Amino acid sequence: MKKVLIIGATSAIAISTSRLLAVRGSQMFLVGRNEVSLRASKDDLLVRGADKVGYVSMDLNETQRHGECLNEAIAFLGALDIVLIAHGTLSDQQACEASVELTLGEIKTNALSTVSLLTLLANLLENQGSGVLAVISSVAGDRGRGSNYVYGSAKAMVDAFLSGLRNRLSKKGVQVLTIKPGFVDTPMTAELAKGILWADPDTIAKGILLGIDKGRNIVYLPFFWRYIMLIIKFVPEFVFKRLSL
Amino acid sequence: MTKKYQSWGMYPKVEQDDICLTDRYQNLPADCPSMLPFGNGRSYGDSCLNADGLVVDTRYLNNFISFDSALGLLRCEAGLLLSEILELVVPQGWFLPVTPGTKYVTVGGAIANDVHGKNHHVAGTFGCHVKRFELLRSDGERLCCSPTEHVDFFAATIGGLGLTGMIVWAEFQLQRITSSDMDMECIKYDSLEDFFLLSAESDLDYEYSMAWVDCTAKGSKLGRGHFLRGNHANTGGLQATEQAFSLSVPVVPPVSLVNSLTLRVFNTLYYERQRQSSVKNTSHYESFFYPLDWVLRMNRIYGPNGFQQYQCVIPRQQSEDAIREILTAISFSGMGSFLAVLKVCGDIDSPGLMSFPKCGTTLALDFSNNSSKTAALFKVLDEILIAAEGRLYPAKDAHMSGELFKSCYPNWGEVCRLKDPNFSSSFWRRVMQE
Repeated sequence: MKKVLIIGATSAIAISTSRLLAVRGSQMFLVGRNEVSLRASKDDLLVRGADKVGYVSMDLNETQRHGECLNEAIAFLGALDIVLIAHGTLSDQQACEASVELTLGEIKTNALSTVSLLTLLANLLENQGSGVLAVISSVAGDRGRGSNYVYGSAKAMVDAFLSGLRNRLSKKGVQVLTIKPGFVDTPMTAELAKGILWADPDTIAKGILLGIDKGRNIVYLPFFWRYIMLIIKFVPEFVFKRLSL
Repeated sequence: MTKKYQSWGMYPKVEQDDICLTDRYQNLPADCPSMLPFGNGRSYGDSCLNADGLVVDTRYLNNFISFDSALGLLRCEAGLLLSEILELVVPQGWFLPVTPGTKYVTVGGAIANDVHGKNHHVAGTFGCHVKRFELLRSDGERLCCSPTEHVDFFAATIGGLGLTGMIVWAEFQLQRITSSDMDMECIKYDSLEDFFLLSAESDLDYEYSMAWVDCTAKGSKLGRGHFLRGNHANTGGLQATEQAFSLSVPVVPPVSLVNSLTLRVFNTLYYERQRQSSVKNTSHYESFFYPLDWVLRMNRIYGPNGFQQYQCVIPRQQSEDAIREILTAISFSGMGSFLAVLKVCGDIDSPGLMSFPKCGTTLALDFSNNSSKTAALFKVLDEILIAAEGRLYPAKDAHMSGELFKSCYPNWGEVCRLKDPNFSSSFWRRVMQE
């Protein structure tokens, strides 16, 4: 029976993943902003087979509360076998371009708050000598694009941070999994027009669990994004800068 | 995003706005004069559409709330699919009290259309098993409806086509099973008389029964088909297997793949594929209840114009004659579908005011949407139906006149009174001639 901490638990991908973990009889602790949604998730996960479920509601931008939040999780679960970090916002790129405050706010939500959590969690799992740190980044972090570079650069920071953590923690029995979904049909992307590259959160969730079960380092979800991003990364900068992406 | 929210028949095609509710405590948008809840889009015609209005997508309202595994009482949010419920409850020895021919419908949709299944003669409609639900009105009021609370809204919402407000969650009673397998028998029969004889004989001993009919057969063979009957098995384990594999019709072909030639070939082959007059076997409930669910997006085979389903129920006294007339008209038209379905319904009343089934015989089949030919045939069928005092199923309909609707559903006025002033649908405006 795994002890699972899910941060950003009311995001669509986190909900799908937590349901799969509930079916396995996991013990879970949820962290998110919306208290009524967390309560609804708790009931849902218990019906689906979770052994026990606790939650705390907080705004993850309040980094000074992260320590207290992790203490609550450990008090409830006893240990941490799997931690999934899934919170984030999809930045409004144009609005960010007109506002330093908004840009830094997006960087804080999508990068700094994750870095804060990871700093604390890395030490916890290192001391424990086991566990999985699974973090939802994005294909957007692979290369900055004109239409989405605030979000993309935040995710790029998370990617580099995770790569370093993996390097440090792999010797201590801790798995660090970087999850890079492409386009996912969730409330976060409700405003965007959908095409054939779009996946649903359940597909992404299955990929996350497979990545955890198989001890992977980096997973692109669905798999074909690895090749799409490979091509995008290989476009020379003098060509790339002329493209509308 | 006009393409995403279409009905199963892909007809009519309409322009409408959409929003998603993300938790069950959210209210509906204020000041929106025309909205309609949208489940999983398995209604065939225009009852799930709201042209030039708003559809409120309920797919994220998919939490379970509670499950009493001793009593089989389940409470869940209205956007949850029956397929997800089966995955939870079958391994614990429970099954849906009533299921339609696809498991990809939402709980809210099952109530709003008061769906029925192969066990109508012993179990009635889905609405018969609903204990309670919460109805969210556009003014933010939340009504807890049951046979003892807000009784009028309870009755108007079951089969109420989503017009009385949005069902947020519902509680209903499951049925006990000791196995996920079905003991089933498929009997090849030659004529419509045999169908009625088999039905009368089977409905005493079998919880589930229906027939697939060769809609191209004429003369003495009219109404021939395969009669399927079954019961939940007593042994064999409790597995809610997910479909091991599924196919999807990947694109909408430029023309309908269903025409008089393919119809005749398919129906004849399907009829003749079973050599013996009767085949008994035991198999998983998936193949018994949901034989078509493994082909995803099956609705695309009718091409870009989509299709319309004609589902009617004819009262018992007139059943045999009227069904014979209807099948004769269809077989002479050369139109019809690969799978036409006949089923004798029982006399269990639904609590719903506008519930479709009534004691008699229901016939359902699809027609490629070829505007003039389909309309001409439907006109003939409607005349037979009116003379026999039958009715059409709003969940499948895109053609019935307001006059016909009002005469088939005499309680429409009461539903009109309880309808949410800010809710509407393409279907409703059509039959109310607004």
